[in-house]
Amino acid sequence: MIGLSHYLTLSGILFTLGIAGIFINRRNLILLLMCVELMLLAVNFNFIILSRFLDDIAGQVFVFFILTVAAAEAAIGLAILVVLFRSRPSVQVDELDSMKG
Amino acid sequence: MNALSQFAPASAEIFLTFAACTVLLVDVFLPDRYRVWSYFLALAAVAGTALVLVATAPAEPVVTLSGAFVADSLSQLLKLFTCAVVAVTFLYAKDYLRARSLFQGEYYVLGLLAMLGIFVMISAHSMLSLYLGLEIMSLSLYAMVAFNRESPLAAEAAMKYFILGAIATGCFLYGTSILYGVTGSLDLGEISRRATALDGLDVHLLVALSFILVGVAFKFGAVPFHMWLPDVYQGAITPVTLFIGTAAKIASLAMIFRVLVDGLGPMHASWADMLAVLAVLSMAVGNVVAIAQTNIKRMLAYSTISHVGFILLGVLAGTTSGYQAAVYYTLAYVIMAAAAFGMIILLSRAGFEAEALEDFRGLNARSPWFAAIMLIVMFSMAGVPPLLGFYAKFSVLAAVIEVGRTWLAIAGVVFSVIGAFYYLRVVKLMYFDEPVEHAPLVAGSDLRLVLSVNGLLVLALGIFPQALLAITAVVR
Repeated sequence: MIGLSHYLTLSGILFTLGIAGIFINRRNLILLLMCVELMLLAVNFNFIILSRFLDDIAGQVFVFFILTVAAAEAAIGLAILVVLFRSRPSVQVDELDSMKG
Repeated sequence: MNALSQFAPASAEIFLTFAACTVLLVDVFLPDRYRVWSYFLALAAVAGTALVLVATAPAEPVVTLSGAFVADSLSQLLKLFTCAVVAVTFLYAKDYLRARSLFQGEYYVLGLLAMLGIFVMISAHSMLSLYLGLEIMSLSLYAMVAFNRESPLAAEAAMKYFILGAIATGCFLYGTSILYGVTGSLDLGEISRRATALDGLDVHLLVALSFILVGVAFKFGAVPFHMWLPDVYQGAITPVTLFIGTAAKIASLAMIFRVLVDGLGPMHASWADMLAVLAVLSMAVGNVVAIAQTNIKRMLAYSTISHVGFILLGVLAGTTSGYQAAVYYTLAYVIMAAAAFGMIILLSRAGFEAEALEDFRGLNARSPWFAAIMLIVMFSMAGVPPLLGFYAKFSVLAAVIEVGRTWLAIAGVVFSVIGAFYYLRVVKLMYFDEPVEHAPLVAGSDLRLVLSVNGLLVLALGIFPQALLAITAVVR
């Protein structure tokens, strides 16, 4: 029988994968954006499951807002990426080091 | 309460939303030579919002819109202050943007929308509205940082801000989802009741609290979640840095009040210790690393981090006087930061950004008046009496000692003595070094006037601290 804890473990693993991806990945900024989305989706999963088990609709409403905002966030992230790509030849993560101190 | 009247407490937000959209629409159809009207309209929008706020001031706290929105004396105070700060920011920015052919309506539209986000955060009474306010503000700020498309530094700063901000939001949301699972509600009042019932020591609640605190600390820029702050301050154009350094700090304070005090207040014993660690680290790293900086915007970024440490000290005291001290410190810091970044804007001109500490060399010979203003601001940030910053530090330290955390007060004093070094270095450069730049200051009379008033306010509120103390007394 699959219970609440199984679902929560799954979303925890997804969230950790998202965070780990951001810190381990040193190559591409697009991958970073994907990891951010993964984190938000793990949160959505959490909300839906908890909403189901609490028998309360508020969690699912929250998910709709997160989805909408995540879309706007991705749009802004990609726009910044385009601006960044105009000024340098690549979108490597480890080349973002012109400011130090 | 009928359907329409429940929107009444949110009139200011509704007005601001329509006003921002109007500015955006008008700006699209405005020919370039009339661009200044976008600026005037934006100022009118801010002024109108302030008027609506005053007109709809609630006599007692009102929770409306199904518990998502609260209007109380704290929200009223912070919102009016935000209006003033945003108006001053717009005014400081005008000449700067004009001289660099960046004078576009987008700056003002994004500024107004960020202000809307700040308003929603200030009035949040549920995790959902808090999250939405946070995102409205953050998304506008990401775009503002990337505003100067020609600058590689700005794009890089925006990217870092975006990625780290998104991680912070992710952590905040994950904590919120756990909190929702434990308490079964998103309403902050309901969360507070359930947390009391759970005795505040429930392990799931602690996990939720930790994740939420990571998000809050990120937005505030507390060590060890401060990595974005110096880069963003340095990379963004100065008017945007000014916005992030002032108005956004009010939002961070509101967020900490709403989540930790209104929502998780019963867990005070747990989060006070977490905040104590953040506060001491912030004061230590901020004040020590600022000494090594040669870029004044970067130096002010580390100075911000150290001031955040002080604000957290006030919050963690957990008493009414502590909360009042935190609000007082934030308002005082915002006034000082506005003047400091205003000075950088004043010294800059087209093709020359006065961003290096060296650019302040011999300022006294070029303009004794503005050197004096900068002297007041730097002394005030260092906490020298009888200036504004002294009373801010004093009230925070008094609140911490009151609750018996004397060692935190000692740490605060030690680190502000260390921090005095880099503030006084600016004064030394201005007064005792020969100028390397001899060009006269180019700035409109409006910028000069408001900056002078801003600087004198630091002095006046320091001599008459009762004025600001009386305002912050509304915080319960």
